[in-house]
Amino acid sequence: MSTSHTSSSGESHGSVASYVIGFVLAVILTVLSFAVVSTHSLSPTGTLGALSVLALVQVLVHLHYFLHMGGSSEQRWNNIAFVFTVSFVAILIVGTVFIMTNTAAHMMSR
Amino acid sequence: MLGRLSLSAIPLDVPILVGTFIGVAIVGIAVLGLITYYGKWGYLWKEWFTSVDHKRLAVMYIVLALVALFRGFADAIMMRTQLALAYAGNPGYLPPHHYDQIFSAHGTIMIFFLAMAFMTGLFNFVVPLQIGARDVAFPFLNNLSFWMTAVAFILVNVSLFIGEFSQCGWLAYPPLSETQFSPGVGVDYYIWAIQISGVGTLLTGVNFFVTIVKMRAPGMSWMKMPVFTWTAFCSSILIMVSFPVLTVAVALLGLDRYFGMHFFTNDGGGNQMMYLNLIWAWGHPEVYILVIPAFGVFSEVVPAFSGKPLFGYATMVYATCSIMVLSFVVWVHHFFTMGAGPDVNAFFGIATMIISIPTGVKLFNWMFTMYKGRIQYHACMYWAVGFMVTFTIGGMTGVMMAIPGADFVLHNSLFLIAHFHNVIIGGVYFGYICGMNFWAPKVLGFKLNESWGIRAFWFWLVGFFFAFVPLYVLGFQGMTRRLNHYDNPAWHPWLLIAEVGAVLILLGIACQLMQLYVSIRDCNLPANRDVTGDPWNGRTLEWSTSSPPPIYNFAIVPNVTALDAFMHDKEGGIDTRQAGGHYEAIHMPKNTAAGLVVGISSLVFGFAAVWYIWWLAALGLIGVIGAVIARSANKDIDYYIPAEEVARIENEHTRKLLAQAAE
Amino acid sequence: MAQNTTVQTDGHDEHHHESPVVFGFWVYLMTDCIIFGTLFAAFAVLRNQFNGGPTGHELFEFGGLGLETALLLVSSITYGFGMIAAHKAEVSKVIMWLGVTFLLGLGFVGLEVREFAHMIADGAGPDRSAFLSAFFTLVSTHGLHVTCGLIWIVTLIVQLMGTTEIPERMMNKLTCLSLFWHFLDIVWICVFTYVYLASMI
Repeated sequence: MSTSHTSSSGESHGSVASYVIGFVLAVILTVLSFAVVSTHSLSPTGTLGALSVLALVQVLVHLHYFLHMGGSSEQRWNNIAFVFTVSFVAILIVGTVFIMTNTAAHMMSR
Repeated sequence: MLGRLSLSAIPLDVPILVGTFIGVAIVGIAVLGLITYYGKWGYLWKEWFTSVDHKRLAVMYIVLALVALFRGFADAIMMRTQLALAYAGNPGYLPPHHYDQIFSAHGTIMIFFLAMAFMTGLFNFVVPLQIGARDVAFPFLNNLSFWMTAVAFILVNVSLFIGEFSQCGWLAYPPLSETQFSPGVGVDYYIWAIQISGVGTLLTGVNFFVTIVKMRAPGMSWMKMPVFTWTAFCSSILIMVSFPVLTVAVALLGLDRYFGMHFFTNDGGGNQMMYLNLIWAWGHPEVYILVIPAFGVFSEVVPAFSGKPLFGYATMVYATCSIMVLSFVVWVHHFFTMGAGPDVNAFFGIATMIISIPTGVKLFNWMFTMYKGRIQYHACMYWAVGFMVTFTIGGMTGVMMAIPGADFVLHNSLFLIAHFHNVIIGGVYFGYICGMNFWAPKVLGFKLNESWGIRAFWFWLVGFFFAFVPLYVLGFQGMTRRLNHYDNPAWHPWLLIAEVGAVLILLGIACQLMQLYVSIRDCNLPANRDVTGDPWNGRTLEWSTSSPPPIYNFAIVPNVTALDAFMHDKEGGIDTRQAGGHYEAIHMPKNTAAGLVVGISSLVFGFAAVWYIWWLAALGLIGVIGAVIARSANKDIDYYIPAEEVARIENEHTRKLLAQAAE
Repeated sequence: MAQNTTVQTDGHDEHHHESPVVFGFWVYLMTDCIIFGTLFAAFAVLRNQFNGGPTGHELFEFGGLGLETALLLVSSITYGFGMIAAHKAEVSKVIMWLGVTFLLGLGFVGLEVREFAHMIADGAGPDRSAFLSAFFTLVSTHGLHVTCGLIWIVTLIVQLMGTTEIPERMMNKLTCLSLFWHFLDIVWICVFTYVYLASMI
């Protein structure tokens, strides 16, 4: 039992190489994010857009290289739970902003 | 040393509370004395408090729910009596300070400690048995969840006698609930009770989700899963998704109160409308968390007493899932009048109305199940048919309120109160009591008395209509909720009728108590005992075990080949139990006191935080963390039931079955 | 799939109760994700409510933020190395990498506490404006999670000390902590992007 792998629980594990690749990608993406803001090379809206794209890519990098999410069948329910959660968070954040800005506009409270 | 706590916090000047305290103290001392006299402490500790058996926890949850019912109903009838009296210059017998606490406590207790606890009790009992599992995925967390719920209920009741409870309604809307307008400890009691019970509920959600995903018997694919388990599954998902939002909303309110932050305050840039937005992003899914399992109960009961399979199993499943998903996108209908524009209100109004479609599908499914069935009018069927009528009326008034224009007239009037009691009593409560009558023989080993059950039903049904139809009328007449007294002579007769309804419901509860008493008294009569484990000719796996089931549920995990697995086996002459088969040692989790220690430490923490006794709060927190770490280091957490012991228990049950069949 | 996990109950029962642990913890993390999502929603609503007080542009600086981000990012890979060692059952290496991760995490929490202390001393505490309430709450919720992770790391180091092998229950604990730690890193990506950098544009 000493070296039992936990693949039965839907978890795979990476190698040194995959961690290093993930780390390098993450560092590059982080530095890009900081650079986009500090150099003021884009318009404010453009900066926010670029930041969002970089953040999204970095989240995916972390999910793949550090959390080892993938398409294997043991991970099916891990993935379903994740997608469902992210959808709900999106509904909550978009809904909240939609409701609160609309209310603020109509109530002239902001 | 004692923070804000002093002797003046004890409300000696309120005779009702002093009387209640004396009553509670006498009953409490009597109960404790009896337990001591009969030497049952060890038994309670070993077999119940520290138990991780889902069947034992189910019973404890339902007992907790019934205690909460008495407390919550006492609040309800006090309010009705106040409003029957407090008219035209008569102030009634409850001053506003006390009355406001009562309506806040009534809502909080009925939702969080009656409905949620009852629902969790049913989940605990039924789900593992229906899916052919030996326990839930995380038995220790199950015990922990129970204690978190129980201590939160204790915290609410402590507020009766030490300090005060919230006076801000069951959802504590700011800015009223902010320090500026509620400087007392009432809202703090509310906050900590909600947070502690919230942890318990969240863990329950995770536990049952994982149990259902990972621990179904071999062969039980999703579309062979019993409908009650489907509803428990959807409800668990809703718990996991919505309770974190509640936790955050209430925590932000707490941060405003404890650290002077500005989330929902009038000043500092706070926005109290965001609280409404967040609390209802939880609150709407919450009502579906409660009612979906009730739908599940009816989907088991109606086929069992109609002698037919459920009509439209697949549509039932899809309807349940679509209700679950739709419930995320309707939360604004609780605050149409807040000031959002037509785009927002129209979107959420239409989304709300769409929910009535899958709900309608379910109603037709139950009715088609009964159509041409061999219907037995057992007490369960009374509750089920009573539900169909009552809930439909409540659902239709709900659609009325989903029209934003109409809601501007009806919002926060007694029409709203009548609507949600109509769906919560007529849907949730009728469902859970129906489930209690249905599964009681499985839990207890004997049937509940039928005559008293039917009497309870009639009192509840008639009492419900007497109590709440007048509120619909009063809502149209413009009476708003949470009034302490009034002068309008047109309202008074209706409130007197509502008081009659409350008294009828009181008689209904008395009949339920009688039902329990008579059933326990007569439990050894041969007609009442459930020897076969299958008193209703049931369709699903739980009826294949003995009543009550052995601690391991299934000696040999059943093989599922069809929907309604047990009925399929009975019709095909297959022995689901595989009696006399090859028994093996069964791996079981050991009892643990860790859940109780975490629960009591949380109670200490919550009480100390309410009163700003920070050293005691720190002790409580250390207790929680210490117990969790100790539990993680404990290696002695499981044991095996030897194969011979399993064989002995199983053979004993087989012998009883054969003796019964021979008669 | 459900069949596969439950059918094991006959023969080797030890899987019966332990196998759902990692999945269960993942599901719990999803609920944690919703906690953060709700806090982000609150921040999004209140991000411009300065109440005449300081704005994010005036308060945040690249240096501290970069250092915090770097510490957390490096701690992710050191924990990953710890997991690789755990799969090879090299207990002493696991303890070493857990120790390194602990120090990096401690550094992160220390920097964050220092940043907060400065802000509060400058009159930009959480009670100054709704924006600062939302900022402090969101960021310190993440910090509190990291602190819980630190307590958890210490607990596991103590439990690992003196042992020579890693039984399945311990492996599950390490895997859960791994999910927790990497998950916090993902939350931090969203924090430094939408809370800090977006305010500094």
